[in-house]
Amino acid sequence: MAVSREDVENIAKLAKLKFTEDELKNLTRDMNKILTYMDKLNELDTDNVEPLSNPISNENVLREDKLEESIPTEEALKNAPDRTDVFFRVPKVISKE
Amino acid sequence: MKVYKNYEEKYKLLKSGSLSLKENVQHFLNKIDKQKHLNAFNFVFEDSLEQAAKVEKKIKSGSAGKLAGMVIAVKDVLAVKDKPLTCSSNILKNFISIYTATAVQKLIDEDAIIIGKTNCDEFAMGSSNENSAFGPVKNPHDLQRVPGGSSGGSAAAVTSGLCDAALGTDTGGSIRQPAAFCGVYGLKPTYGRVSRYGLTAYASSFDSIGPFANNIEDIALILQVISGYDKKDSTSSTLAVENYSNLLEENPPNLKIGLPKEYFGKGLDLEINLTINNVVENLRGHGFSVSEISLPMTEYAIAAYYILTTAEASSNLARYDAVKYGYRSKQKGDLSDMYINSRSEAFGHEVKRRIMLGTYVLSAGYYDAYYGKAQKVRRLFKNDFDKAFQSVDIIITPTTPTTAFKIGEQTSDPLQMYLNDIYTTSANLAGIPGLNIPVGKDKKGLPIGMQLLANQFQETKLLQLAYYLQKSFFNR
Repeated sequence: MAVSREDVENIAKLAKLKFTEDELKNLTRDMNKILTYMDKLNELDTDNVEPLSNPISNENVLREDKLEESIPTEEALKNAPDRTDVFFRVPKVISKE
Repeated sequence: MKVYKNYEEKYKLLKSGSLSLKENVQHFLNKIDKQKHLNAFNFVFEDSLEQAAKVEKKIKSGSAGKLAGMVIAVKDVLAVKDKPLTCSSNILKNFISIYTATAVQKLIDEDAIIIGKTNCDEFAMGSSNENSAFGPVKNPHDLQRVPGGSSGGSAAAVTSGLCDAALGTDTGGSIRQPAAFCGVYGLKPTYGRVSRYGLTAYASSFDSIGPFANNIEDIALILQVISGYDKKDSTSSTLAVENYSNLLEENPPNLKIGLPKEYFGKGLDLEINLTINNVVENLRGHGFSVSEISLPMTEYAIAAYYILTTAEASSNLARYDAVKYGYRSKQKGDLSDMYINSRSEAFGHEVKRRIMLGTYVLSAGYYDAYYGKAQKVRRLFKNDFDKAFQSVDIIITPTTPTTAFKIGEQTSDPLQMYLNDIYTTSANLAGIPGLNIPVGKDKKGLPIGMQLLANQFQETKLLQLAYYLQKSFFNR
Protein backbone atom coordinates (compact mmCIF):
# COMPACT_ATOMS: atom_id res chain seq x y z
CA MET A 1 0.00 0.00 0.00
CA ALA A 2 1.53 3.26 -1.15
CA VAL A 3 -1.00 5.39 0.71
CA SER A 4 -2.41 4.61 4.13
CA ARG A 5 -5.76 5.69 5.47
CA GLU A 6 -3.93 8.18 7.70
CA ASP A 7 -2.17 9.63 4.65
CA VAL A 8 -5.55 10.11 2.98
CA GLU A 9 -6.89 11.86 6.08
CA ASN A 10 -3.90 14.20 6.10
CA ILE A 11 -4.27 14.97 2.41
CA ALA A 12 -7.96 15.71 3.02
CA LYS A 13 -6.96 18.27 5.65
CA LEU A 14 -4.63 19.98 3.18
CA ALA A 15 -7.35 19.97 0.50
CA LYS A 16 -10.01 21.30 2.92
CA LEU A 17 -12.23 18.27 2.42
CA LYS A 18 -13.75 15.76 4.80
CA PHE A 19 -15.02 12.27 4.18
CA THR A 20 -17.21 9.67 5.84
CA GLU A 21 -15.72 6.36 6.99
CA ASP A 22 -16.96 4.61 3.84
CA GLU A 23 -15.65 7.33 1.58
CA LEU A 24 -12.23 7.19 3.25
CA LYS A 25 -12.07 3.46 2.72
CA ASN A 26 -12.98 3.71 -0.96
CA LEU A 27 -10.72 6.69 -1.55
CA THR A 28 -7.74 4.89 0.01
CA ARG A 29 -8.38 1.91 -2.26
CA ASP A 30 -8.85 4.06 -5.39
CA MET A 31 -5.86 6.32 -4.71
CA ASN A 32 -3.62 3.31 -4.16
CA LYS A 33 -4.73 1.74 -7.38
CA ILE A 34 -4.25 4.95 -9.37
CA LEU A 35 -0.93 5.91 -7.75
CA THR A 36 0.43 2.41 -8.29
CA TYR A 37 -0.47 2.77 -11.95
CA MET A 38 1.28 6.15 -12.03
CA ASP A 39 4.48 4.53 -10.76
CA LYS A 40 4.78 3.29 -14.32
CA LEU A 41 6.62 6.53 -15.09
CA ASN A 42 9.57 5.24 -13.04
CA GLU A 43 10.38 2.87 -15.92
CA LEU A 44 11.58 5.97 -17.79
CA ASP A 45 15.02 7.50 -17.40
CA THR A 46 14.48 11.25 -17.12
CA ASP A 47 17.82 12.22 -15.54
CA ASN A 48 18.85 14.69 -18.21
CA VAL A 49 15.39 15.83 -19.26
CA GLU A 50 14.20 19.40 -18.76
CA PRO A 51 10.69 19.59 -17.26
CA LEU A 52 7.97 20.99 -19.53
CA SER A 53 5.40 23.17 -17.80
CA ASN A 54 3.77 24.77 -20.83
CA PRO A 55 3.57 23.01 -24.20
CA ILE A 56 4.00 26.21 -26.22
CA SER A 57 7.37 27.88 -25.80
CA ASN A 58 6.11 31.24 -24.68
CA GLU A 59 8.29 34.06 -23.49
CA ASN A 60 7.31 35.80 -20.30
CA VAL A 61 4.38 38.09 -21.08
CA LEU A 62 4.42 41.57 -19.61
CA ARG A 63 2.21 44.59 -20.11
CA GLU A 64 2.56 48.31 -19.50
CA ASP A 65 1.84 49.28 -15.91
CA LYS A 66 -1.18 51.34 -16.89
CA LEU A 67 -4.35 51.78 -14.89
CA GLU A 68 -7.29 50.04 -16.54
CA GLU A 69 -10.92 49.73 -15.65
CA SER A 70 -11.83 46.64 -13.71
CA ILE A 71 -15.03 44.98 -12.53
CA PRO A 72 -17.16 47.42 -10.46
CA THR A 73 -17.57 46.57 -6.76
CA GLU A 74 -21.31 45.87 -6.99
CA GLU A 75 -20.76 43.45 -9.88
CA ALA A 76 -17.96 41.67 -8.00
CA LEU A 77 -20.24 41.23 -4.98
CA LYS A 78 -23.17 39.95 -7.01
CA ASN A 79 -22.45 36.26 -6.40
CA ALA A 80 -21.38 36.61 -2.77
CA PRO A 81 -23.01 34.03 -0.46
CA ASP A 82 -23.00 36.67 2.29
CA ARG A 83 -22.03 40.33 2.37
CA THR A 84 -22.18 43.46 4.46
CA ASP A 85 -21.83 46.91 2.91
CA VAL A 86 -19.08 46.49 0.28
CA PHE A 87 -17.47 43.47 1.98
CA PHE A 88 -17.70 39.70 1.75
CA ARG A 89 -18.88 38.43 5.12
CA VAL A 90 -17.43 35.25 6.67
CA PRO A 91 -17.68 33.56 10.08
CA LYS A 92 -15.61 35.10 12.86
CA VAL A 93 -11.90 34.31 12.53
CA ILE A 94 -10.51 35.71 15.80
CA SER A 95 -11.81 34.54 19.16
CA LYS A 96 -11.49 36.38 22.50
CA GLU A 97 -9.21 33.87 24.22
CA MET B 1 -38.23 23.84 -42.48
CA LYS B 2 -35.64 24.16 -45.23
CA VAL B 3 -32.66 21.89 -44.76
CA TYR B 4 -29.10 23.00 -45.25
CA LYS B 5 -25.87 21.02 -45.10
CA ASN B 6 -23.62 23.72 -43.70
CA TYR B 7 -23.56 27.36 -42.68
CA GLU B 8 -22.79 28.64 -46.15
CA GLU B 9 -26.03 27.11 -47.41
CA LYS B 10 -27.93 28.37 -44.40
CA TYR B 11 -26.71 31.91 -44.98
CA LYS B 12 -27.86 31.82 -48.60
CA LEU B 13 -31.32 30.69 -47.49
CA LEU B 14 -31.43 33.42 -44.84
CA LYS B 15 -30.21 36.06 -47.26
CA SER B 16 -32.73 35.13 -49.96
CA GLY B 17 -35.53 35.12 -47.42
CA SER B 18 -36.49 31.48 -47.99
CA LEU B 19 -35.52 30.66 -44.39
CA SER B 20 -36.72 32.77 -41.48
CA LEU B 21 -34.12 32.95 -38.72
CA LYS B 22 -36.78 33.39 -36.05
CA GLU B 23 -38.54 30.25 -37.25
CA ASN B 24 -35.22 28.46 -37.41
CA VAL B 25 -34.38 29.35 -33.80
CA GLN B 26 -37.92 28.45 -32.71
CA HIS B 27 -37.49 25.11 -34.44
CA PHE B 28 -34.32 24.44 -32.44
CA LEU B 29 -36.02 25.51 -29.18
CA ASN B 30 -38.92 23.13 -29.89
CA LYS B 31 -36.54 20.32 -30.72
CA ILE B 32 -34.51 20.88 -27.54
CA ASP B 33 -37.77 20.65 -25.59
CA LYS B 34 -38.80 17.48 -27.41
CA GLN B 35 -35.39 15.88 -26.77
CA LYS B 36 -35.34 16.82 -23.07
CA HIS B 37 -34.73 13.19 -22.13
CA LEU B 38 -31.21 13.49 -23.63
CA ASN B 39 -30.40 15.99 -20.86
CA ALA B 40 -28.02 17.76 -23.24
CA PHE B 41 -28.75 21.27 -22.00
CA ASN B 42 -28.30 22.75 -18.54
CA PHE B 43 -29.87 26.05 -19.62
CA VAL B 44 -31.78 27.14 -22.72
CA PHE B 45 -31.73 30.83 -23.62
CA GLU B 46 -35.24 32.01 -24.51
CA ASP B 47 -33.81 35.42 -25.47
CA SER B 48 -32.20 33.74 -28.50
CA LEU B 49 -35.45 34.58 -30.34
CA GLU B 50 -34.88 38.31 -29.74
CA GLN B 51 -31.30 37.88 -30.95
CA ALA B 52 -32.64 36.17 -34.06
CA ALA B 53 -34.86 39.16 -34.83
CA LYS B 54 -31.89 41.53 -34.49
CA VAL B 55 -29.59 39.41 -36.62
CA GLU B 56 -32.30 38.96 -39.27
CA LYS B 57 -32.45 42.75 -39.66
CA LYS B 58 -28.67 42.91 -39.97
CA ILE B 59 -28.71 40.25 -42.69
CA LYS B 60 -31.31 42.23 -44.63
CA SER B 61 -29.32 45.45 -44.33
CA GLY B 62 -26.09 43.74 -45.33
CA SER B 63 -24.26 44.53 -42.08
CA ALA B 64 -24.19 41.02 -40.66
CA GLY B 65 -21.09 39.26 -39.31
CA LYS B 66 -19.33 36.10 -40.50
CA LEU B 67 -21.54 33.77 -38.45
CA ALA B 68 -24.84 35.62 -38.80
CA GLY B 69 -27.62 33.30 -37.76
CA MET B 70 -25.50 30.30 -36.88
CA VAL B 71 -27.13 28.78 -33.81
CA ILE B 72 -24.51 27.69 -31.29
CA ALA B 73 -24.68 25.99 -27.89
CA VAL B 74 -21.80 26.46 -25.43
CA LYS B 75 -20.54 24.08 -22.77
CA ASP B 76 -21.49 25.17 -19.28
CA VAL B 77 -17.88 25.84 -18.27
CA LEU B 78 -17.74 28.98 -20.44
CA ALA B 79 -18.92 32.33 -19.13
CA VAL B 80 -21.76 34.23 -20.82
CA LYS B 81 -22.54 37.54 -19.10
CA ASP B 82 -25.73 37.57 -17.00
CA LYS B 83 -26.30 33.85 -17.60
CA PRO B 84 -25.75 30.94 -15.19
CA LEU B 85 -22.32 29.27 -15.17
CA THR B 86 -22.41 26.06 -13.15
CA CYS B 87 -19.72 23.76 -14.59
CA SER B 88 -22.40 21.12 -13.82
CA SER B 89 -21.41 21.47 -10.16
CA ASN B 90 -23.50 22.12 -7.08
CA ILE B 91 -20.77 24.44 -5.86
CA LEU B 92 -21.68 26.94 -8.64
CA LYS B 93 -25.40 26.16 -8.69
CA ASN B 94 -26.51 29.79 -8.40
CA PHE B 95 -23.54 31.49 -10.04
CA ILE B 96 -24.30 34.17 -12.64
CA SER B 97 -21.44 35.23 -14.95
CA ILE B 98 -20.43 38.86 -14.75
CA TYR B 99 -18.51 38.79 -18.03
CA THR B 100 -18.38 36.78 -21.26
CA ALA B 101 -15.61 34.38 -22.29
CA THR B 102 -13.53 35.71 -25.18
CA ALA B 103 -14.32 32.72 -27.43
CA VAL B 104 -18.06 33.20 -26.89
CA GLN B 105 -17.82 36.98 -27.28
CA LYS B 106 -16.13 36.49 -30.65
CA LEU B 107 -19.04 34.30 -31.79
CA ILE B 108 -21.54 36.93 -30.62
CA ASP B 109 -19.57 39.71 -32.32
CA GLU B 110 -19.98 37.82 -35.61
CA ASP B 111 -23.75 37.57 -35.01
CA ALA B 112 -23.96 33.92 -34.02
CA ILE B 113 -26.92 33.13 -31.77
CA ILE B 114 -26.14 31.45 -28.46
CA ILE B 115 -29.04 29.11 -27.75
CA GLY B 116 -28.01 27.74 -24.39
CA LYS B 117 -25.46 25.99 -22.21
CA THR B 118 -24.75 22.31 -22.52
CA ASN B 119 -24.37 19.67 -19.84
CA CYS B 120 -20.90 18.26 -19.13
CA ASP B 121 -18.93 16.38 -16.49
CA GLU B 122 -18.46 18.45 -13.34
CA PHE B 123 -15.62 20.93 -13.99
CA ALA B 124 -14.95 18.99 -17.22
CA MET B 125 -13.63 16.02 -15.23
CA GLY B 126 -14.85 12.83 -16.81
CA SER B 127 -15.04 10.68 -19.92
CA SER B 128 -18.74 9.79 -19.89
CA ASN B 129 -20.74 12.83 -18.76
CA GLU B 130 -21.92 10.80 -15.77
CA ASN B 131 -20.27 13.17 -13.26
CA SER B 132 -22.78 15.98 -13.59
CA ALA B 133 -24.92 17.58 -10.89
CA PHE B 134 -27.60 17.81 -13.61
CA GLY B 135 -27.50 14.05 -14.20
CA PRO B 136 -26.00 12.08 -17.08
CA VAL B 137 -26.42 12.98 -20.76
CA LYS B 138 -27.71 10.18 -23.00
CA ASN B 139 -26.19 9.18 -26.30
CA PRO B 140 -28.76 9.98 -29.02
CA HIS B 141 -27.62 6.90 -31.00
CA ASP B 142 -28.50 4.60 -28.08
CA LEU B 143 -30.15 6.02 -24.97
CA GLN B 144 -28.64 3.28 -22.77
CA ARG B 145 -25.16 4.57 -23.58
CA VAL B 146 -22.97 7.52 -22.63
CA PRO B 147 -22.30 10.35 -25.10
CA GLY B 148 -18.68 10.54 -23.95
CA GLY B 149 -17.24 13.34 -21.91
CA SER B 150 -16.61 15.75 -20.67
CA SER B 151 -18.34 17.82 -23.39
CA GLY B 152 -21.11 15.20 -23.73
CA GLY B 153 -23.97 17.69 -23.94
CA SER B 154 -22.35 19.62 -26.80
CA ALA B 155 -21.74 16.44 -28.82
CA ALA B 156 -25.24 15.07 -28.18
CA ALA B 157 -26.84 18.42 -29.10
CA VAL B 158 -24.98 18.63 -32.42
CA THR B 159 -25.61 15.03 -33.46
CA SER B 160 -29.34 15.31 -32.77
CA GLY B 161 -29.72 18.66 -34.51
CA LEU B 162 -30.56 20.75 -31.44
CA CYS B 163 -28.26 23.52 -32.74
CA ASP B 164 -26.03 24.16 -35.76
CA ALA B 165 -22.79 23.82 -33.81
CA ALA B 166 -21.41 23.87 -30.27
CA LEU B 167 -18.35 24.85 -28.28
CA GLY B 168 -16.69 22.38 -25.98
CA THR B 169 -13.43 22.19 -24.08
CA ASP B 170 -10.70 19.57 -24.27
CA THR B 171 -8.18 18.92 -21.51
CA GLY B 172 -7.46 15.26 -22.28
CA GLY B 173 -9.95 14.37 -25.01
CA SER B 174 -13.14 16.06 -23.83
CA ILE B 175 -14.02 17.32 -27.32
CA ARG B 176 -12.67 14.48 -29.48
CA GLN B 177 -13.96 11.53 -27.43
CA PRO B 178 -17.61 12.67 -27.22
CA ALA B 179 -17.43 13.69 -30.89
CA ALA B 180 -16.36 10.10 -31.66
CA PHE B 181 -19.08 8.55 -29.47
CA CYS B 182 -21.77 10.78 -31.02
CA GLY B 183 -20.58 10.71 -34.65
CA VAL B 184 -19.75 14.39 -35.22
CA TYR B 185 -16.69 16.48 -36.03
CA GLY B 186 -14.88 17.88 -32.99
CA LEU B 187 -11.67 19.89 -33.00
CA LYS B 188 -9.24 20.49 -30.16
CA PRO B 189 -7.03 23.36 -31.38
CA THR B 190 -3.37 23.88 -30.50
CA TYR B 191 -2.90 24.97 -26.87
CA GLY B 192 -2.97 28.78 -26.89
CA ARG B 193 -4.71 29.11 -30.27
CA VAL B 194 -7.99 30.11 -28.58
CA SER B 195 -8.07 32.39 -25.55
CA ARG B 196 -9.06 30.67 -22.30
CA TYR B 197 -10.41 33.88 -20.75
CA GLY B 198 -13.81 33.06 -19.29
CA LEU B 199 -13.21 29.30 -19.36
CA THR B 200 -13.44 27.88 -15.85
CA ALA B 201 -9.99 26.44 -15.20
CA TYR B 202 -9.51 22.70 -14.76
CA ALA B 203 -5.86 22.13 -15.80
CA SER B 204 -4.60 25.44 -17.13
CA SER B 205 -1.64 24.17 -19.16
CA PHE B 206 -3.89 21.63 -20.96
CA ASP B 207 -7.32 23.30 -21.39
CA SER B 208 -8.36 24.17 -24.98
CA ILE B 209 -11.65 25.46 -26.40
CA GLY B 210 -12.92 24.12 -29.72
CA PRO B 211 -15.95 23.53 -31.96
CA PHE B 212 -18.33 20.63 -32.66
CA ALA B 213 -20.27 20.50 -35.96
CA ASN B 214 -21.81 18.10 -38.46
CA ASN B 215 -19.50 19.25 -41.25
CA ILE B 216 -15.89 20.37 -41.56
CA GLU B 217 -16.65 23.71 -43.24
CA ASP B 218 -18.39 24.97 -40.10
CA ILE B 219 -15.53 23.70 -37.92
CA ALA B 220 -13.10 25.75 -40.03
CA LEU B 221 -15.30 28.84 -39.92
CA ILE B 222 -15.82 28.74 -36.16
CA LEU B 223 -12.14 28.07 -35.49
CA GLN B 224 -11.22 31.10 -37.56
CA VAL B 225 -13.57 33.30 -35.54
CA ILE B 226 -12.59 32.13 -32.04
CA SER B 227 -8.81 31.94 -32.58
CA GLY B 228 -6.27 34.66 -31.91
CA TYR B 229 -4.31 36.54 -29.30
CA ASP B 230 -6.18 37.94 -26.32
CA LYS B 231 -4.50 40.25 -23.84
CA LYS B 232 -6.74 38.75 -21.15
CA ASP B 233 -5.00 35.35 -21.58
CA SER B 234 -1.22 35.64 -21.48
CA THR B 235 -0.86 32.08 -22.80
CA SER B 236 -2.82 32.86 -25.98
CA SER B 237 -0.61 32.87 -29.06
CA THR B 238 0.29 35.98 -31.05
CA LEU B 239 0.80 33.87 -34.18
CA ALA B 240 -1.42 35.07 -37.06
CA VAL B 241 -4.66 33.14 -37.60
CA GLU B 242 -4.85 31.50 -41.00
CA ASN B 243 -7.90 31.81 -43.23
CA TYR B 244 -8.98 28.23 -42.61
CA SER B 245 -12.16 28.45 -44.71
CA ASN B 246 -10.37 29.66 -47.83
CA LEU B 247 -7.54 27.15 -47.44
CA LEU B 248 -9.98 24.27 -47.02
CA GLU B 249 -10.55 23.69 -50.72
CA GLU B 250 -6.92 23.78 -51.74
CA ASN B 251 -6.66 20.20 -52.83
CA PRO B 252 -5.67 17.54 -52.87
CA PRO B 253 -3.15 18.39 -50.23
CA ASN B 254 0.10 16.58 -50.70
CA LEU B 255 0.15 15.44 -47.10
CA LYS B 256 2.31 12.66 -45.70
CA ILE B 257 0.44 10.45 -43.30
CA GLY B 258 1.82 8.46 -40.38
CA LEU B 259 0.23 5.57 -38.52
CA PRO B 260 1.66 5.09 -35.01
CA LYS B 261 1.88 1.37 -34.36
CA GLU B 262 1.29 1.90 -30.61
CA TYR B 263 -2.27 3.10 -31.33
CA PHE B 264 -3.34 0.01 -33.25
CA GLY B 265 -2.35 -2.71 -30.82
CA LYS B 266 -3.93 -4.50 -27.88
CA GLY B 267 -7.11 -3.00 -26.48
CA LEU B 268 -8.38 -1.54 -29.73
CA ASP B 269 -11.83 -2.72 -30.83
CA LEU B 270 -11.58 -4.82 -33.97
CA GLU B 271 -14.35 -3.03 -35.86
CA ILE B 272 -12.76 0.36 -35.17
CA ASN B 273 -9.41 -0.97 -36.34
CA LEU B 274 -10.90 -2.33 -39.59
CA THR B 275 -12.90 0.82 -40.31
CA ILE B 276 -9.89 3.10 -39.90
CA ASN B 277 -7.67 0.79 -41.91
CA ASN B 278 -10.23 0.94 -44.67
CA VAL B 279 -10.08 4.76 -44.73
CA VAL B 280 -6.28 4.66 -44.69
CA GLU B 281 -6.20 2.18 -47.59
CA ASN B 282 -8.50 4.49 -49.53
CA LEU B 283 -6.14 7.38 -48.92
CA ARG B 284 -3.24 5.26 -50.11
CA GLY B 285 -5.27 4.45 -53.21
CA HIS B 286 -5.71 8.16 -53.81
CA GLY B 287 -1.96 8.61 -53.85
CA PHE B 288 -1.29 9.71 -50.31
CA SER B 289 1.97 8.53 -48.82
CA VAL B 290 1.25 6.47 -45.72
CA SER B 291 3.96 5.11 -43.44
CA GLU B 292 4.12 3.37 -40.10
CA ILE B 293 5.68 5.51 -37.37
CA SER B 294 6.39 5.01 -33.68
CA LEU B 295 5.32 7.12 -30.69
CA PRO B 296 7.03 5.07 -27.98
CA MET B 297 5.81 7.25 -25.11
CA THR B 298 2.13 6.44 -25.74
CA GLU B 299 1.81 3.86 -22.96
CA TYR B 300 2.85 6.49 -20.39
CA ALA B 301 0.25 9.07 -21.45
CA ILE B 302 -2.45 8.28 -18.90
CA ALA B 303 -0.04 8.24 -15.95
CA ALA B 304 1.63 11.53 -16.91
CA TYR B 305 -1.64 13.17 -17.81
CA TYR B 306 -3.46 12.32 -14.59
CA ILE B 307 -0.56 13.39 -12.39
CA LEU B 308 -0.22 16.78 -14.05
CA THR B 309 -3.92 17.55 -14.50
CA THR B 310 -4.97 16.51 -11.00
CA ALA B 311 -2.14 18.66 -9.63
CA GLU B 312 -3.31 21.66 -11.63
CA ALA B 313 -6.92 20.92 -10.73
CA SER B 314 -6.24 20.77 -6.98
CA SER B 315 -4.61 24.19 -7.23
CA ASN B 316 -7.30 25.70 -9.51
CA LEU B 317 -10.19 24.39 -7.44
CA ALA B 318 -8.77 25.84 -4.22
CA ARG B 319 -10.64 29.01 -5.23
CA TYR B 320 -13.98 27.45 -4.27
CA ASP B 321 -13.88 28.63 -0.67
CA ALA B 322 -17.52 29.80 -0.29
CA VAL B 323 -16.32 33.36 0.37
CA LYS B 324 -16.67 35.37 -2.83
CA TYR B 325 -19.11 33.17 -4.76
CA GLY B 326 -20.50 29.69 -4.88
CA TYR B 327 -22.25 27.40 -2.44
CA ARG B 328 -21.85 28.02 1.30
CA SER B 329 -22.72 25.34 3.83
CA LYS B 330 -25.52 26.08 6.30
CA GLN B 331 -23.60 24.28 9.09
CA LYS B 332 -22.35 26.44 11.95
CA GLY B 333 -18.63 26.75 12.62
CA ASP B 334 -15.55 28.88 12.18
CA LEU B 335 -13.95 29.98 8.91
CA SER B 336 -12.08 26.72 8.41
CA ASP B 337 -15.26 24.70 9.04
CA MET B 338 -17.00 26.83 6.46
CA TYR B 339 -14.36 25.98 3.82
CA ILE B 340 -14.40 22.28 4.61
CA ASN B 341 -18.17 21.86 4.91
CA SER B 342 -18.97 23.88 1.80
CA ARG B 343 -16.44 22.05 -0.37
CA SER B 344 -17.31 18.62 0.99
CA GLU B 345 -21.07 19.10 0.58
CA ALA B 346 -20.95 20.58 -2.93
CA PHE B 347 -18.16 18.92 -4.90
CA GLY B 348 -18.99 15.58 -6.56
CA HIS B 349 -17.06 12.33 -6.05
CA GLU B 350 -14.80 12.52 -9.10
CA VAL B 351 -13.87 16.15 -8.47
CA LYS B 352 -12.96 15.32 -4.87
CA ARG B 353 -10.95 12.31 -6.01
CA ARG B 354 -8.93 14.46 -8.42
CA ILE B 355 -8.39 17.22 -5.84
CA MET B 356 -7.12 14.54 -3.43
CA LEU B 357 -4.80 12.96 -6.02
CA GLY B 358 -3.52 16.38 -7.04
CA THR B 359 -2.92 17.46 -3.46
CA TYR B 360 -1.05 14.22 -2.86
CA VAL B 361 1.27 14.49 -5.88
CA LEU B 362 2.07 18.10 -4.95
CA SER B 363 2.60 17.45 -1.25
CA ALA B 364 5.98 17.71 0.47
CA GLY B 365 8.04 14.56 -0.09
CA TYR B 366 6.12 13.43 -3.18
CA TYR B 367 6.43 16.48 -5.42
CA ASP B 368 9.61 15.35 -7.20
CA ALA B 369 8.57 11.71 -7.46
CA TYR B 370 5.24 12.47 -9.10
CA TYR B 371 4.75 16.03 -10.33
CA GLY B 372 8.39 16.75 -11.19
CA LYS B 373 8.77 13.36 -12.85
CA ALA B 374 5.59 13.82 -14.91
CA GLN B 375 6.72 17.26 -16.12
CA LYS B 376 9.90 15.65 -17.44
CA VAL B 377 7.89 12.90 -19.09
CA ARG B 378 5.75 15.61 -20.66
CA ARG B 379 8.91 16.88 -22.38
CA LEU B 380 9.49 13.38 -23.75
CA PHE B 381 5.99 13.44 -25.27
CA LYS B 382 6.74 16.72 -26.97
CA ASN B 383 10.02 15.25 -28.29
CA ASP B 384 8.18 12.16 -29.55
CA PHE B 385 5.82 14.26 -31.64
CA ASP B 386 8.54 16.68 -32.79
CA LYS B 387 10.42 13.70 -34.16
CA ALA B 388 7.34 12.17 -35.80
CA PHE B 389 6.38 15.43 -37.50
CA GLN B 390 9.81 15.63 -39.12
CA SER B 391 8.74 12.82 -41.44
CA VAL B 392 4.93 13.12 -41.62
CA ASP B 393 2.36 15.93 -41.75
CA ILE B 394 -0.59 14.14 -40.21
CA ILE B 395 -0.88 11.28 -37.76
CA ILE B 396 -3.98 9.11 -38.05
CA THR B 397 -5.20 7.15 -35.02
CA PRO B 398 -8.45 5.85 -33.59
CA THR B 399 -10.05 8.47 -31.29
CA THR B 400 -11.24 5.89 -28.76
CA PRO B 401 -10.43 2.22 -28.04
CA THR B 402 -14.15 1.29 -28.07
CA THR B 403 -17.42 2.80 -29.24
CA ALA B 404 -19.81 4.32 -26.66
CA PHE B 405 -20.15 2.20 -23.52
CA LYS B 406 -23.24 1.77 -21.35
CA ILE B 407 -24.27 4.24 -18.67
CA GLY B 408 -23.05 2.91 -15.31
CA GLU B 409 -20.75 0.34 -16.92
CA GLN B 410 -17.46 1.88 -15.78
CA THR B 411 -18.36 4.14 -12.86
CA SER B 412 -17.15 1.73 -10.18
CA ASP B 413 -13.52 1.73 -11.39
CA PRO B 414 -12.00 5.20 -11.83
CA LEU B 415 -8.75 3.87 -13.30
CA GLN B 416 -10.65 1.91 -15.96
CA MET B 417 -12.52 5.13 -16.80
CA TYR B 418 -9.23 7.05 -17.09
CA LEU B 419 -7.87 4.45 -19.54
CA ASN B 420 -10.59 5.43 -22.04
CA ASP B 421 -8.49 8.54 -22.73
CA ILE B 422 -5.49 6.53 -23.95
CA TYR B 423 -5.53 7.89 -27.53
CA THR B 424 -6.44 11.51 -26.76
CA THR B 425 -4.34 12.69 -23.81
CA SER B 426 -1.02 12.74 -25.71
CA ALA B 427 -2.18 15.69 -27.82
CA ASN B 428 -2.82 17.74 -24.69
CA LEU B 429 0.53 16.78 -23.17
CA ALA B 430 2.26 18.01 -26.34
CA GLY B 431 -0.10 20.94 -26.96
CA ILE B 432 -0.86 19.82 -30.53
CA PRO B 433 -4.23 20.01 -32.34
CA GLY B 434 -6.47 16.97 -32.83
CA LEU B 435 -9.63 16.45 -34.83
CA ASN B 436 -12.26 13.73 -34.62
CA ILE B 437 -13.84 12.64 -37.89
CA PRO B 438 -16.89 10.35 -37.95
CA VAL B 439 -15.89 7.47 -40.24
CA GLY B 440 -18.66 4.91 -39.87
CA LYS B 441 -20.65 2.80 -37.46
CA ASP B 442 -20.10 -0.55 -35.80
CA LYS B 443 -22.54 -3.49 -35.97
CA LYS B 444 -24.48 -2.08 -33.02
CA GLY B 445 -25.02 1.14 -34.98
CA LEU B 446 -22.67 3.15 -32.78
CA PRO B 447 -20.45 5.83 -34.37
CA ILE B 448 -16.74 5.21 -34.94
CA GLY B 449 -14.31 8.11 -34.72
CA MET B 450 -10.93 8.61 -36.37
CA GLN B 451 -8.43 11.09 -34.98
CA LEU B 452 -6.14 13.32 -37.03
CA LEU B 453 -3.17 14.91 -35.25
CA ALA B 454 -0.85 17.61 -36.62
CA ASN B 455 2.02 19.63 -35.24
CA GLN B 456 1.38 22.80 -33.23
CA PHE B 457 -0.53 25.48 -35.18
CA GLN B 458 -1.00 23.18 -38.20
CA GLU B 459 -4.80 23.17 -37.94
CA THR B 460 -5.02 23.94 -41.67
CA LYS B 461 -3.57 20.51 -42.53
CA LEU B 462 -6.11 18.74 -40.33
CA LEU B 463 -8.98 20.65 -41.90
CA GLN B 464 -7.73 20.10 -45.46
CA LEU B 465 -7.42 16.35 -45.06
CA ALA B 466 -10.78 16.16 -43.26
CA TYR B 467 -12.42 18.16 -46.06
CA TYR B 468 -10.86 15.90 -48.66
CA LEU B 469 -12.16 12.83 -46.81
CA GLN B 470 -15.60 14.34 -46.37
CA LYS B 471 -15.90 15.01 -50.08
CA SER B 472 -14.10 12.00 -51.58
CA PHE B 473 -15.17 9.15 -49.31
CA PHE B 474 -18.17 10.16 -47.30
CA ASN B 475 -20.07 12.14 -49.96
CA ARG B 476 -21.11 14.71 -47.45
